[in-house]
Amino acid sequence: MFRFPRSDRLLLWSLRGCAAVAGAVLLLIVAFLVAESLPALRHVGLTAFFTDPSWHPAEGLYNLTPMLWGTLFAMTGAVLVATPLGVLSAVFRHYYAPPAVARLYRRLIELLAGIPSVVYGFWGLVSVVPLIARLRPPGTSLLAGIAILTLMILPTIALMADAALASVPPQYLRGAAALGLSRWATIRGVVFPAAKSGLFTGVILETGRAIGETMAVLMVCGNVVETPRSLFDPVRTLTANIALEMSFALGDHRSALFVSGLLLMGMIVALAVAAEVIGKERIYG
Amino acid sequence: MADSRARRADAVATVLVWSAALLVTGVFLWLLADVVRHGAGRISWSFLTSPPRNAGRDGGIGPVLVSTSLLLLVCLGVSLPVGLGTAVLLAEFTPASGAFGRLVRRSLDVLSGVPSIVFGLFGNAFFCKTLGLGFSLLSGGLTLACMVLPILIRSIEEGFRAVPNDYRLGAAALGLSRTSTLVHLLLPAAVPGLVVGLVLGVGRAAAETAALIFTSGYVDRMPESLLDSGRSLSIHIFDLSMNVSGGDANAYAAALVLVVLLLAVNGLASWLADRWLRRRVLPV
Amino acid sequence: MNPPLRIENLTLRYGDKTALEAVTLTVPPGRITALIGPSGCGKTSLLNCLNRLTDLIPGCRVSGRVRVGDLDVLDPKTDVLTLRRRVGMIFQKPNPFPFSVRRNLEFPLREHGVRDRRKLAERVETALRDVGLWDEVKDRLNGPATALSGGQQQRLCLARALALAPEVLLLDEPCSALDPISSGVVEDLIVRLRDRLTLLIVTHNLAQARRMADEAAFFWVRDGAGRLVEHGPARQLFEEPKQTLTADYITGMRG
Repeated sequence: MFRFPRSDRLLLWSLRGCAAVAGAVLLLIVAFLVAESLPALRHVGLTAFFTDPSWHPAEGLYNLTPMLWGTLFAMTGAVLVATPLGVLSAVFRHYYAPPAVARLYRRLIELLAGIPSVVYGFWGLVSVVPLIARLRPPGTSLLAGIAILTLMILPTIALMADAALASVPPQYLRGAAALGLSRWATIRGVVFPAAKSGLFTGVILETGRAIGETMAVLMVCGNVVETPRSLFDPVRTLTANIALEMSFALGDHRSALFVSGLLLMGMIVALAVAAEVIGKERIYG
Repeated sequence: MADSRARRADAVATVLVWSAALLVTGVFLWLLADVVRHGAGRISWSFLTSPPRNAGRDGGIGPVLVSTSLLLLVCLGVSLPVGLGTAVLLAEFTPASGAFGRLVRRSLDVLSGVPSIVFGLFGNAFFCKTLGLGFSLLSGGLTLACMVLPILIRSIEEGFRAVPNDYRLGAAALGLSRTSTLVHLLLPAAVPGLVVGLVLGVGRAAAETAALIFTSGYVDRMPESLLDSGRSLSIHIFDLSMNVSGGDANAYAAALVLVVLLLAVNGLASWLADRWLRRRVLPV
Repeated sequence: MNPPLRIENLTLRYGDKTALEAVTLTVPPGRITALIGPSGCGKTSLLNCLNRLTDLIPGCRVSGRVRVGDLDVLDPKTDVLTLRRRVGMIFQKPNPFPFSVRRNLEFPLREHGVRDRRKLAERVETALRDVGLWDEVKDRLNGPATALSGGQQQRLCLARALALAPEVLLLDEPCSALDPISSGVVEDLIVRLRDRLTLLIVTHNLAQARRMADEAAFFWVRDGAGRLVEHGPARQLFEEPKQTLTADYITGMRG
């Protein structure tokens, strides 16, 4: 249909208007982040964000690196623990669990994907932190952050892995069975390679989620601005930093927080780009 | 030639897989049990309707529930028309839009990965400051609308894709305009996708905290207009657990309410998606 | 010397539907036996019983007795992995794994205990030579198996099964998804395997069955279940069938 009648042209243009608004949101976000970051970038300078002696806005010091490390350590720890647990959960559901159990298990994971981060954070604060405190006070620590973050991103990887496993063509499974391959050999040798792009996407998505999580880590990590030297040290992530200080930040301080927001956006975009380049496939598409 | 190494590996794998599943199940049941155990005692009709007293340690969550509902209304009220229009364009008119459509889709894809705290920063800078709405339910709702847009659009698109092409061909053969086809034939058929998208959007918005702390604010009074500040249920839980000593008991109760609400919402979305979308998409 | 394959009173039920009723058949060793009959009369189901692939189908109940030599196939205590090495299966649609040609062959070998590199390379080459693929793929052993043509893929699947040194090979319409030329090549290959293995082939192509089979067994659906109507030496079944039903099917008047 190359020529639209009048009413259709009206429709088309109003639809385009909606889409333009939707598309503009991202642009606006980037534009405002940049605009609000400019004062700090101009007065303080980009290098100061990584080389200042510490993060002390009251004294004009804006080193983000302790919080950057906090984010990276928490993210790495969570992804390292959640990925095997999540993938094995999906394997369990597809190949080991009896059908009724498999259905229940999937419902459980779906339910858990819907629990809000505050609840995870709150529960972490009242149930997990005291346990860690018994091992070594104060309890609010990188370890607590990793533990809670693991729980939060587990449903993401579990559900993505589940979908990836479901898309493995059944003739591979039959073929493997006919060759006398054991269950684990089939999973390890045939299913995983066949599902690898879906699994990869899952890992990227959960990593993105781990980087961007705010509330739960804020509640259990202790929020001391220092590069952690052990799992039991309290940390503050970039996200928690913004959440904690935004309400009273003014001028350059506020602008510096927007800079850290830009940094976060940059990390997410870099992650997606890297994933697309490696995986040759759209991640958030 | 039956190989014992392969068998041992198989046995070890079985143990590992079951352990992982049991560990995951155990931890999550622990979490749910804690919330239910500590929260259930405080829930009552008066809890759900009366205002918080003593910084929230006592009293209920009435105004908070009202604020939350208003936030959701603003969010959906704005995101639904925009989202519907965009989804229809992408699903039904994509060839006609070409590069524009691709650009929009790409930008939505990236948007769905943006952390919620960044949305909070944006909302604060754009809605609160630049548009002058200040800390208000309107600012918060609009910020949530931005967050929810990608999910909504994706779901509605799927709903349209599930409509069989025969409908469109039949309508064209009868000389019906595309607007007419859309409004009378396709939209009603795509309603499942729309509903699922709405429900998913509500779920995401209701769980949100970070995007709201500096857009809709912290006030726990009953809001009188959309320009008033108000706190959502998730912010209330956050406040009680972090800033109010002794607020744990009510925090548990509020958490239980939120979790039950979200479980219901997500369960509904899941059930609807299974019933409506999958059934139409799979060939017989 | 190959053991005979003895099927006694085999009955297969899916839920409340009976796919096969009381089939009794002895498959002579080292010969090609063709299972013929219209679709839906249980021929593929029969094959699935013989290597316990029915274990993978929920709600499936098998009763009766199947023996390969002294191995009791249906006995729950029988090791299924070993069974499936000894009784191989080729499917209608070629299903190479999404790996390289080499890995498609090496992986099952490794799982069944062959780990020595030289032995692996030997068995891979032998299997590929057996199916006539060696010259065609020897320069791209590390290339993807899915890049091969349909006929080549099916021969690869045969090589993969043969590499495990089975005693029985079950073939479920192995040529029906292939073009006529590849089909001919695969057929010749199967015929060459006679004496080395016991071959049981399901086919809809009566001309093919006539060309290849030493023995034949004819199935039909009666009273809602698949039944064995007649079996015997192929020449006799095709030229002087004892049952009118068989005669009608062979001459194309029925089915």
